[in-house]
Amino acid sequence: MVDIQADSKVKVHVENMNFYYGPVQALFDINLDIPEKKVTALIGPSGCGKSTFLRTLNRMNDIIDGTRIEGKVMIDDKDIYDPMTDVVELRKKVGMIFQKSNPFPKSIFDNIAYGPRIHGVKDKNKLMDIVESCLIKSALWDEVKDRLEKNAMGLSGGQQQRLCIARALAINPDVVLMDEPASALDPKSTLKIEDLINELKKDYTIIIVTHNMQQAGRVSDHTAFFYEGRLIEFGATEQIFTKPNQKQTEDYITGRFG
Amino acid sequence: MNRQRLKAKLIKYFLQSCGSLSIIIVLLIFLFLFKEAIPFIGSPGITELFHNVWNPVSFQKEEFGIVPLITGSIVVTLLAIIIAVPFGIIGAVYISEIASPKEREFLKPFIEILAGIPSVVLGFFGLVVVSPLIKDVFQLNSGLNALTGSVLLALMAIPTIMSISEDAIKSVPSVYKEASLALGASKLETIWKVVVPAALSGIVASVMLGMGRVVGETMAVMMVTGNSPVISFNPFSSVRTMTATIAAEMGEVTIGSNHYMALFWVGIVLMLMTFGLNLISYRVLKKYGLSEK
Repeated sequence: MVDIQADSKVKVHVENMNFYYGPVQALFDINLDIPEKKVTALIGPSGCGKSTFLRTLNRMNDIIDGTRIEGKVMIDDKDIYDPMTDVVELRKKVGMIFQKSNPFPKSIFDNIAYGPRIHGVKDKNKLMDIVESCLIKSALWDEVKDRLEKNAMGLSGGQQQRLCIARALAINPDVVLMDEPASALDPKSTLKIEDLINELKKDYTIIIVTHNMQQAGRVSDHTAFFYEGRLIEFGATEQIFTKPNQKQTEDYITGRFG
Repeated sequence: MNRQRLKAKLIKYFLQSCGSLSIIIVLLIFLFLFKEAIPFIGSPGITELFHNVWNPVSFQKEEFGIVPLITGSIVVTLLAIIIAVPFGIIGAVYISEIASPKEREFLKPFIEILAGIPSVVLGFFGLVVVSPLIKDVFQLNSGLNALTGSVLLALMAIPTIMSISEDAIKSVPSVYKEASLALGASKLETIWKVVVPAALSGIVASVMLGMGRVVGETMAVMMVTGNSPVISFNPFSSVRTMTATIAAEMGEVTIGSNHYMALFWVGIVLMLMTFGLNLISYRVLKKYGLSEK
């Protein structure tokens, strides 16, 4: 529906998707192409379905009883809701960062090594390499390199969230989903996370749900505006923020509701 | 005016004394135990208790060594816990993480029923079912041994372990589970590598409380353990626990005799053991913000 710059490939293709929580329909006929190695922001008022949409992309909604999905979600041209799809493989490929940082009550090292370990990496040196490179990527290495064996719960909120990002990167995903990753953080930590997102988009396709309009403007290349379970508008962030095509988008962006 | 205040004060004192009743009773029991036991220190002497033979009624030489009774209790308790812990914890995991809501509602009342079976009834079950079974399976001369007692005690400890572990597992924040699943872990991997470790303190406390219950249990063990006070760590050996000794001998002893006082010492040791176990579990539960229901 929206032409994406010719230089980037479509990573996630969503076609005629409807989503239900039991009898309640939460998403209506979503069509969307998310480009590879770009940051796509999902914005909209609370309850508009943007988080639900995000969670359909790694099938995290599967763990909620009574949910149902119709339509197609393709990642790298493979339908992730195909009965043959291995959810474990999917979630290895599509990492997720949650709204509230949720490190395990284990050491910093064990948090990051958790994913690689369950996927079969046993070699100590290899794990150490993964932990180090992921912490460097998430800009946390300098702060924690001397206390990798300490419990992750002792880190500050912003550090915990960056640890969660490192943990997600450790399974080497292609796509990283972020559900309001900075909403519980102070401005300084938020800025760090945003810098990090800018850094990460070289290697990863990032899809971020955010309540914060300025944040969407700062970090994203494309923006999708959701309202009442429908995708109202999708386009280059600059265009969405300066001359939106839809009246509802404009009203939301200019702060008339939401 | 004044009468009103007096009344309020009286009511307050009444409520206060009801509230502190349990403390008073515990203190009184301790006091009473020691009062009866203390003359033993003078004669025949406290060291008599550390001997290896319990033979309190004898024409030649009375022996009051409580060591075999303590080892009897320890063997039976440890075996019971070894049997009960896997069932209790796996059961708790199943009920809190895997069972459907319907299964859960069906299972939970049965656990409570199991907890509520009088121990003498379990003792019957032990004599008629468990004891012959163990005799046949292990080809023994007698089915009345430590293992039989442990099986019955495990049945009593399982409900305690299961229900408190279940609470602990349920109180693990669901964000941990989500994080683990989102990293591509399966449900079982998530349970064993994230949920159970996060609930470990509560699980440990549940085991301690279960142990406390098992150490203090009397009737069922008295009926099936064979009651011979020997020092043995063999599960197929007949043993006698501290509780069974007190229950069996207290009725026939001369008040104030050495035997009588020795039995009180057994009671003191037993009480200190359960007190210690309760204290540990209380500490663990408190430290991690869980509470026993």
